[in-house]
Amino acid sequence: MLALACIAIGFFALPLVGLLWRAPWSSAWGYLTDDGSLTALRLSMLCSLWATALSITFGVPLAWLLARVPFRGSGVVRALCMLSMVLPPVVGGVALLFALGRRGLVGQWLDRWFDLRLPFTTAGVVVAQTFVAMPFLVITVEAALRQLDSRFEDASRTLGASRWYTFRRVTLPAIRPALIAGAVLAWARALGEFGATIAFAGSFPGTTQTMPLAIYLALETNPEQAIVLALVLIAVSFAVLIGLRDRWFGGRQSTPPTAVPR
Amino acid sequence: MFAASSLTEALTQIAVAFTSANPAVGVSFNFAGSGELVTQIEQGAPADAFVSADDTTMARLVGAGEAAGEPVSIATNTMAIIVEPGNPKRITSVADLADPDLIVVLCAATVPCGKGAATILANAAVEVTPSSLEDSVKGVVTKVELGEADAGIVFATDVKGAGDDAVGVVIPASVNVINHYPMVVTAASRNPEAAQAFIDFVAGPAGQAMLGQYGFLAP
Repeated sequence: MLALACIAIGFFALPLVGLLWRAPWSSAWGYLTDDGSLTALRLSMLCSLWATALSITFGVPLAWLLARVPFRGSGVVRALCMLSMVLPPVVGGVALLFALGRRGLVGQWLDRWFDLRLPFTTAGVVVAQTFVAMPFLVITVEAALRQLDSRFEDASRTLGASRWYTFRRVTLPAIRPALIAGAVLAWARALGEFGATIAFAGSFPGTTQTMPLAIYLALETNPEQAIVLALVLIAVSFAVLIGLRDRWFGGRQSTPPTAVPR
Repeated sequence: MFAASSLTEALTQIAVAFTSANPAVGVSFNFAGSGELVTQIEQGAPADAFVSADDTTMARLVGAGEAAGEPVSIATNTMAIIVEPGNPKRITSVADLADPDLIVVLCAATVPCGKGAATILANAAVEVTPSSLEDSVKGVVTKVELGEADAGIVFATDVKGAGDDAVGVVIPASVNVINHYPMVVTAASRNPEAAQAFIDFVAGPAGQAMLGQYGFLAP
């Protein structure tokens, strides 16, 4: 077991070591403070946080529906909502164009009635990222809801609490670790999102060119710059993942006995 | 075969003809942006031959010592403005692209189609504010085909490849660029004879005829 686990660690660590090995340390600072890099990083953070917020806003109710409300065809609905996890992201982006683009199913009416266009806008990037990231949150939260002992909620309801109050004061605190884990997964997925973004929103510095897009473009001409940008993205993600772990999943915090193991 | 993505359709068809003439040889492709392909070859990707969409990117491969011998030009390509079928925005010249109400999409300056577009815009002294700088020429074509963008600057062959989904507006030779497609056997090739035979076939009459069908011009 231990040997296999070590192989797995090496499998994940080696590519990172490769990047560090090839990194142009002497010129790294110049690439880092380059206006283009900072713009892309800022845009990436902004869009991925928006995508995470939207994923929570819509994903938690969706997870609740799938876990708590039995209805015919719930299996089909679940598969439908998880589809973007397995779809090649570029295909997802093109599908979004068919739906929300200027000539798309819904997009043509948005364009005609509200003069609203998503492609080539920062909002478009957020839509693309939410599309691929939300399932990660839904799947995590739904699993937690399913394992949560529903008698706590029933007790709350029989004591006169409303459905919303029960959800807020009983359900939500119990699934908090899973909610945070799901949000972090969704955020990480949004931060690294490439295919759906370039297919749906395009790539323009400052409006739609996020870090992964900037890295890919830099790879064409200036692989050194691409490595530095990639390391920045990795460092930011690493810091967040480690920080969150210590704070929320450290195991030091007491959780209700019914709470789901992460 | 590592080949620039603008050659996708033409080279795939040529390979079919080549393998029916040489059944002992199998040809498989990796199509992507020229620069990305050079990076892959430099990192040890198993390529037998490489064809670039411009001389600059080929020079990178040769400079890295990854080419065996001198590259030969297998085709040339000019650029054109790609618009929706029927040209609803009545675009007739490069100068028309400066209209701020138009949604224009170009390639990023780091890929050959972006370099070409930049040269054309400079030659014509036209300033364009693009909505997107795509990472590949296919990205520009798709955005115009789907009606998201009103116009873009792509290779003449890409307009032809789009079929009925897009039409081209000719850019006059006085401001246009001519792109060469150099091809070479890689230094690390494990089948150099077969790779050279394929290059000869592409440069020969059968290959040239098929390249012509896709809008490429003679080298």
